[in-house]
Amino acid sequence: MLSLGLGRYLVLRNITSFRRGWLVFLSGFFEPVFYLFSIGIGLGALVTSVRTDSGLVVPYADFVAPAMLASAAMNGAIADVTFNVFFKLRYARIYDVMLATPASPRDIAAGEVAWALIRGGIYSAGFVVVAAAMGFVHSLWGLLALPAALLIGAAFAAAGMYATTFLTSWQQFDLVFLVIQPLFLFSATFFPLGAYPPVLQGIVQLTPLYHAVSLERALLLGDVSLAVLGHTAYLMVLTVAGFALVSRRIGRLLLT
Amino acid sequence: MTTDWAGGDQEGLALIEARGLTKRFGDFTAVDGIDVEVRRGEAFGFLGPNGAGKSSTMRMLGAVSPPSGGSLRIFGLDPDRDGPAIRARLGVCPQRDLLDEELSVQENLWVYGRFFGLTRAEVRARAEELLEFAQLTERRTDQVEPLSGGMKRRLVIARSLINNPELLLLDEPTTGLDPQARHILWDRLFRLKRQGVTLVLTTHYMDEAEQLCDRLVIMDKGRIVAEGSPRDLIAEHSTREVVEVRFDVDDHADHATELQGVGERLEVLPDRILIYAGDGDAAAAALVDRGVEPLSTLVRRSTLEDVFLHLTGRTLVD
Repeated sequence: MLSLGLGRYLVLRNITSFRRGWLVFLSGFFEPVFYLFSIGIGLGALVTSVRTDSGLVVPYADFVAPAMLASAAMNGAIADVTFNVFFKLRYARIYDVMLATPASPRDIAAGEVAWALIRGGIYSAGFVVVAAAMGFVHSLWGLLALPAALLIGAAFAAAGMYATTFLTSWQQFDLVFLVIQPLFLFSATFFPLGAYPPVLQGIVQLTPLYHAVSLERALLLGDVSLAVLGHTAYLMVLTVAGFALVSRRIGRLLLT
Repeated sequence: MTTDWAGGDQEGLALIEARGLTKRFGDFTAVDGIDVEVRRGEAFGFLGPNGAGKSSTMRMLGAVSPPSGGSLRIFGLDPDRDGPAIRARLGVCPQRDLLDEELSVQENLWVYGRFFGLTRAEVRARAEELLEFAQLTERRTDQVEPLSGGMKRRLVIARSLINNPELLLLDEPTTGLDPQARHILWDRLFRLKRQGVTLVLTTHYMDEAEQLCDRLVIMDKGRIVAEGSPRDLIAEHSTREVVEVRFDVDDHADHATELQGVGERLEVLPDRILIYAGDGDAAAAALVDRGVEPLSTLVRRSTLEDVFLHLTGRTLVD
């Protein structure tokens, strides 16, 4: 799981390809920062404070900042394993070419997930720096915010790449947004879970971004409890399962 | 002590050994129990029309497609178990070029080479030689997309050679290329052959098979219908020469009776009649003696196309 195998050369390939597109690369950093300013600080002037699900009362921007970090980690990973992987899988067919070498489907999956992690990790690191500079990091637990963001990225990259293998046309990417948008809006990102009726709370608690947001919120606010272990376990299971499934699926699709 | 871990790998022995090799996709049988043996140093061809099962066979030989039946050994190894070890020693030119258009010409070679465990310095040195070989040195830093069809194909061949393969698999290497580009490519393939690289290629071009292959099999509907050197196949299944005659009619079958007995055998096609004869000029003269007046008469040497036509009753291309 931890070894990249020949997947490291797929990472090398992606770095080589992105050398020409560094402006595109940078764009992924700004989105969460813009959200932080517009929602956290803009809306925060109206809402002022909010009570978290663990009972802590915090300024609204402090409540939203960890959620933006979790969303950035998700989006950074998803952006790569959806559009880019789809293009490589169905059109450029570069994985077919790689599988003619000693590389295996597992190497392909490892390479793309690792690359998504590198890319998402750079965005997350940038965001953590901005968040720290603006005083949104309230505890030494915040040091774990970046490793947590990497775990979030890995989970979404593996699961997202698996989902991408089932897409057959560009139109179907609307479905991706149909999943990502509600996750982004309703995973206790902008308001606490307590705002929902109990049934909806149960559903939200099943979804991955909820656990990602809760994890980052606990770390940045220094509000750490055993629940953090649960969130971490959820994301780890998603990572491992997604990775195993996508490795098998690539073999099924390409080694026919 | 060195052990010969690849059993069938000594000089003269089979690099590829397939027995009853079969590939099914659902109910469709693409490759229907073929026996093939390819020896080190030879150029071996799979000749057949589209849909004959050539590409499916090539994918199995490339250890990227598990056989549905039969046995297959490449370098004496089992592709099911030792796929990576086999692929490490293979060069593969897929039918579609499949170059990485987000990378430059030389980056395509560099990145691909790393997957074979070559170091950065090794791929750079090797890419240098291969760009020279593929006559692409001037285009090394260019993007791939604007290259001509012939250049792209040469780049794919260069890429497939990055690991110094013992066995090169080429799936329709010259399909879609103009005549000049084909000849450049043939020349490159001849050079490889002289260097001792074993070539296995598929083609639906007769002239290509005759030019490049020491030995070939003719495939039709997933089966092998004939096997041998191009010369032997022609000798066995055709005559030395062929007379092609055309008449100004819609259905050439009308004229078949008046040609009966000229040459050894007739083949009536929709747009012409082929007369198979040892001496084409004599057969053409016999037509004149009979008072037959075709629109045109062409005497040519027999080719693999005639062999295919004789064996399957159909023409090969289109």
